[in-house]
Amino acid sequence: MDEITKVVRDYIIREYVQEGDEQEITETTPLISGGVVDSFSMVSLLRFLEKKFAIHIPDSAATPEAFDSVERIVALVRRFQKAEVGSV
Amino acid sequence: MRAPPSCVEITSNLSWNVAEEELGHRPGDPINIGWMCSDRICQLGLANKLALLWEDYQGNKKQFTYDEVRILSNTIASFLCKLGIRPQERVCLFLDRVPELYIGFLGILKMGAVAQPLFSAFGDESLMVRLADAGTCAILTQKKHLYKVRKIRDLLPNLRHVIVVDAASTSLQQHEIAFAMEGVPPVEHFKVYPTMAESPSVLHYTSGTTGQPKGAQHVHYSIIAQYLTAKWALDLRSDDIYWCNADPGWVTGTSYGIIGPWSNGITQVVLDSGFNAVKWYEFIEEYRVTVWYSAPTAIRLLMKEGGEVAQKHNLSSLRHLASVGEPLNPEAILWSQEVFGRPFHDTFWQTETGCIVISNLPGITIKPGSMGKPFPGITATVLDPKTYEPVNRAGVAGLIALRPGWPSQIRSYWNNPAGFEAKFKNGWYLCGDRASIDRDGYFWFMGRDDDVINTGGHLVGPFEVESALLECPAVAESAAVAKPDPVNMEVVKAFVTLKRGFQPSDDLELDIMNHIRKRLSPLAMPQEIEFVNSLPKTRSGKIVRRILRCKEFNEPVGDLSTIMED
Repeated sequence: MDEITKVVRDYIIREYVQEGDEQEITETTPLISGGVVDSFSMVSLLRFLEKKFAIHIPDSAATPEAFDSVERIVALVRRFQKAEVGSV
Repeated sequence: MRAPPSCVEITSNLSWNVAEEELGHRPGDPINIGWMCSDRICQLGLANKLALLWEDYQGNKKQFTYDEVRILSNTIASFLCKLGIRPQERVCLFLDRVPELYIGFLGILKMGAVAQPLFSAFGDESLMVRLADAGTCAILTQKKHLYKVRKIRDLLPNLRHVIVVDAASTSLQQHEIAFAMEGVPPVEHFKVYPTMAESPSVLHYTSGTTGQPKGAQHVHYSIIAQYLTAKWALDLRSDDIYWCNADPGWVTGTSYGIIGPWSNGITQVVLDSGFNAVKWYEFIEEYRVTVWYSAPTAIRLLMKEGGEVAQKHNLSSLRHLASVGEPLNPEAILWSQEVFGRPFHDTFWQTETGCIVISNLPGITIKPGSMGKPFPGITATVLDPKTYEPVNRAGVAGLIALRPGWPSQIRSYWNNPAGFEAKFKNGWYLCGDRASIDRDGYFWFMGRDDDVINTGGHLVGPFEVESALLECPAVAESAAVAKPDPVNMEVVKAFVTLKRGFQPSDDLELDIMNHIRKRLSPLAMPQEIEFVNSLPKTRSGKIVRRILRCKEFNEPVGDLSTIMED
């Protein structure tokens, strides 16, 4: 598991998985459709990603689909990391 | 042969007696929603008709006929009776959208207790406040939510039973009981408690400007209005497959996610899943959904994903679309016409009304952006905010008001009759919203008349958020107001002053957001936190949210003469 994946997964487990919930969070576990992350909670997750990885993710890219698994979130982070590098 | 009358023609002569006759209810006789929605449907010869088709996000599926709903709700009712729960005691449903929620709701009502559904995403503080106020004696929950109940258990002396519906591998503590609805002997016959028209049925909590949430007290007679409005405003017909997106933790999810469809003997589908556009379209396609009752926030999220996602699916089964929760913007109606080939019909009502009171009935000419017209049998107007007299002039804004007396109007707020009385002025019930009426009698929503925040169709009380904000060690003072949002109409924004020694930072903002999300709910989490040096206050020291809200909406702040200069 690479560093970005680990950071995202650990954060989701720490902040969103409830105590006593036996659900395992893998890279492909449905987060929004699976009810782990509510669509209202996406804002705080977005803030975390932007701060942790020093990127800006526009609202148009922050869709429930793009946040629906660790794997997709990591892809989103990578996409905007490249954009940040490209804009320098 | 004369064509059948349109819905508009039918409803123009409405008397609520129509519903009494169709439901076979005679004034003075017992009336029980649980029985009406299960046993009565079986007696009509529909025992083998599907009542519920259920699926979760993992693709697990279950289905229940009306006879199975009847027997399983008997089983739950009998179980609750054996625990010693008595009629009129409050039994909370703190469950995701699992079958036990829908069937348990009927079971609670059948044994005469009061069903208190609560949104399962609530945090422990939100749960505690509502259970304590209601003096709830039992709670049905799932093992995934048990930790929240355990956190507050010692603070709730009236809570005698914690019933876990999926406790198979969970070690339970004292006063926690495992109950597997489909794993215990079914109860074929149960003597339904003879509740009367005015017997309490459902307690839904709703937020106000001041104080903690209020318990809106519904009665069994509400079914008269819920049955008829589901039939006419949602256009439910015997062969429909109906999907209501709402969670029964909120009033739409009980009035039109349980009582409305099942009292009409309709087959309904439930998807226990968060939002996912592709999954939703697949669901409609697979189950051949014909009537879809959704919400503007969901529609705008679908719009955000794009019409091409919808066009990859066969959605031709859809016959009637309706929406509730907040005003439906004209763009959403036009988009729906383009993508689904038919418009969403906006409906307006609230926890306190129990049923749709203003709507775009099937067959009406829709004016995109309008709430529609009063449902026949409902007298609605807008009042001058100073005199509380009807405005009687087209296009002039006033307070939306209803003449009391429709069947599903709440009878009071739990433990708070004064709060309920305060909702009435000059013989009218005030909804707390502002609107205007045009020359054709259509209502046009203009906004709330108070500080309550309508986010994604759910009301959030600022007081509750502010109280939770003050629990954060860094926060000295706080104000929670609505901020406009393109998807949710409004979201919560918090203004915060910090205690000495604390500095604004991104980390602090995130900590505060997460605190509110876990303590209250994701809905109540501020989507933005602005750190300020001071908050606007009256000379007596009361924080004036109005000024902050007006700035967010770019509206004039009005009279500032009572505001203390900083």
